[in-house]
Amino acid sequence: MTGGTAAAANSSRAWRHPAVWLFAAFLALPIPAHFGANAYILSFATHAVALGLAALSLDLMLGIGALASFGHAAYLGIGAYSVAILSDMGHDDLLVQIPVAIAVASVFAGITGFVSLRASGVYYIMSTLAFGQMLYFLAQSLSAYGGDDGVTLAARSRLAGSHLLASDLGLYYVTLAALIAAYVLLDRIVGSRFGRVLGAVRQNPMRVRAVGLDPFRYRLLASILAGSLCAVAGVLLANQSEFVSPAFMTWQRSGELLVMVVLGGMGRLWGAVLGAICFLTLEEVLPGLTDNWKMVLGALLILAALGRGSRLSQLFKGVGR
Amino acid sequence: MSVSLLVVQILNGLQLGVLLFLIAAGLTLVFGVMDFINLAHGVQYMVGAYLAAMFVTWTGSYWLGLTLTLPVALAFGLLLEVLIFRRLYGRDHLDQMLATFGLILFLNQAVRFLWGSEPLGVAMPDILSGSIQVMDGLRYPVYRLALIVAGLVIALGLHLAINHTRIGMLIRAGSTHSDMVAALGVNIRRLFMVVFGFGAMLAGLAGALVAPILSVEPGMGDNLLILTFVVIVIGGIGSIRGAFIAALMVGLLDTLGRAFGPQLLRLAMSAAAANQTGRSLAPMLIYILMAVVLFVRPTGLFPVKK
Repeated sequence: MTGGTAAAANSSRAWRHPAVWLFAAFLALPIPAHFGANAYILSFATHAVALGLAALSLDLMLGIGALASFGHAAYLGIGAYSVAILSDMGHDDLLVQIPVAIAVASVFAGITGFVSLRASGVYYIMSTLAFGQMLYFLAQSLSAYGGDDGVTLAARSRLAGSHLLASDLGLYYVTLAALIAAYVLLDRIVGSRFGRVLGAVRQNPMRVRAVGLDPFRYRLLASILAGSLCAVAGVLLANQSEFVSPAFMTWQRSGELLVMVVLGGMGRLWGAVLGAICFLTLEEVLPGLTDNWKMVLGALLILAALGRGSRLSQLFKGVGR
Repeated sequence: MSVSLLVVQILNGLQLGVLLFLIAAGLTLVFGVMDFINLAHGVQYMVGAYLAAMFVTWTGSYWLGLTLTLPVALAFGLLLEVLIFRRLYGRDHLDQMLATFGLILFLNQAVRFLWGSEPLGVAMPDILSGSIQVMDGLRYPVYRLALIVAGLVIALGLHLAINHTRIGMLIRAGSTHSDMVAALGVNIRRLFMVVFGFGAMLAGLAGALVAPILSVEPGMGDNLLILTFVVIVIGGIGSIRGAFIAALMVGLLDTLGRAFGPQLLRLAMSAAAANQTGRSLAPMLIYILMAVVLFVRPTGLFPVKK
């Protein structure tokens, strides 16, 4: 379990952990981007890191808790619209926007989870999809914020009064810091009593019930936690694109988040981040090769699902475990 | 609100309802019998519409085009079953979602590649074009009425096929006790294949039927797919009867909510507020309905007993 490496940084074998390599690569990335001609790399990397955070949060539900939420993009939307609406009201500091986004996401996750988690299997998947769609249509009807067309942000958010995020490099490192903090937090949580119970619920809910614990509560709390972290990703993503629209929370986006987690290997947290990077890189590279790149991407996904052992992080089998 | 406007909206709602039923019928069986999440059912509807557009143009006749579309849609469904789906039965739901999500990307782009991004139109058959007097001061297009009738006839046929034929009995048995059916000597794999192909054909038929009144374009199945999921979850997965009732509920609620929601709210609040709230609330109504149904009955209105 990933939880076994909760104190990765303290372990003498910490350098062998893939997450350390992954984050080290992220930290160093601006150096070649700085000297390279292509400044676009930094913007792409910020986008990828933010979605990596979203995929990471989904992995808590999917990989640890076996909750296949098909509406996770709704939380990206909650985060993004928190930025748009609060900035419009004059609150453009992350120290306001992030707590509000987390609060709204928690309430939404709590209410929808209360309904969805009563259902199981396919019914759970479909009800999360329905709640995601509900929020999508709500955003579409917000004519004050551009409705379907969305709204361009006047400026990026401030951080504790400073204009750190105004520079691309500042935004990148703030986003990366959020990802690393979320990873460390989730890694701790997975190794904690709460995480152990959540994992046990995945393996056998009935036995968990038999020892006197209520699976519903653990799943609900996991949903709230995952939704909150994903909302933070939405806040950062909105700052990266400087634009907010209902397209943040289409059901296809929710599907892509699932694809990222499954592709990267579920339940190991860093796998979700790696999956996000690989998926987005494919989306970035393929269009340069052929106009019909979506056919190639689609075929790759089908092959990945059909073929066992094709998951990315199985390449790293034995590492970090 | 006038009576004729209400009648028009009810007819529109019924039309959406029967369309949803045609798509949901196959999907709910695939879900119920094979426990398979098929996200690609919406693109099969799209493929049906494209096939109809192509064949109608080739033959110059809507009826000939429709006749050609059905077997090709069936063959296409069977091809997908052989190439992809049968390898995923009994696998994790996530593998099924991943593969069928990939299939959506693939087919949406494939139709763009084959037929271009421009929306295609399909000529309406002459005999069903024009409109007729439904009641005083209300004319309604014949084709749309025919669509409702065709949907209801197909629903009746499906009801008879599922409840009163041998294959229908096997499907019903397969949806609750597939291991037992296989143990009794029925080739369950072939049964699955039949169900799958038939579901794909129904979705394709739905696409061909609406092709003359909608524009045929890439991605046309994506949003309908979600509505179809709402239908089968409300109706209870695996239940044709549930799918039928839920499809009509969803079709009517969605259409009437959008048409009359703001007016009804105006009774309780100011006109401007009612307009904004109504426009926000109307598209959400069916999802609220689904949430309420799931809250009261977590396995839908007509659950298939396992």
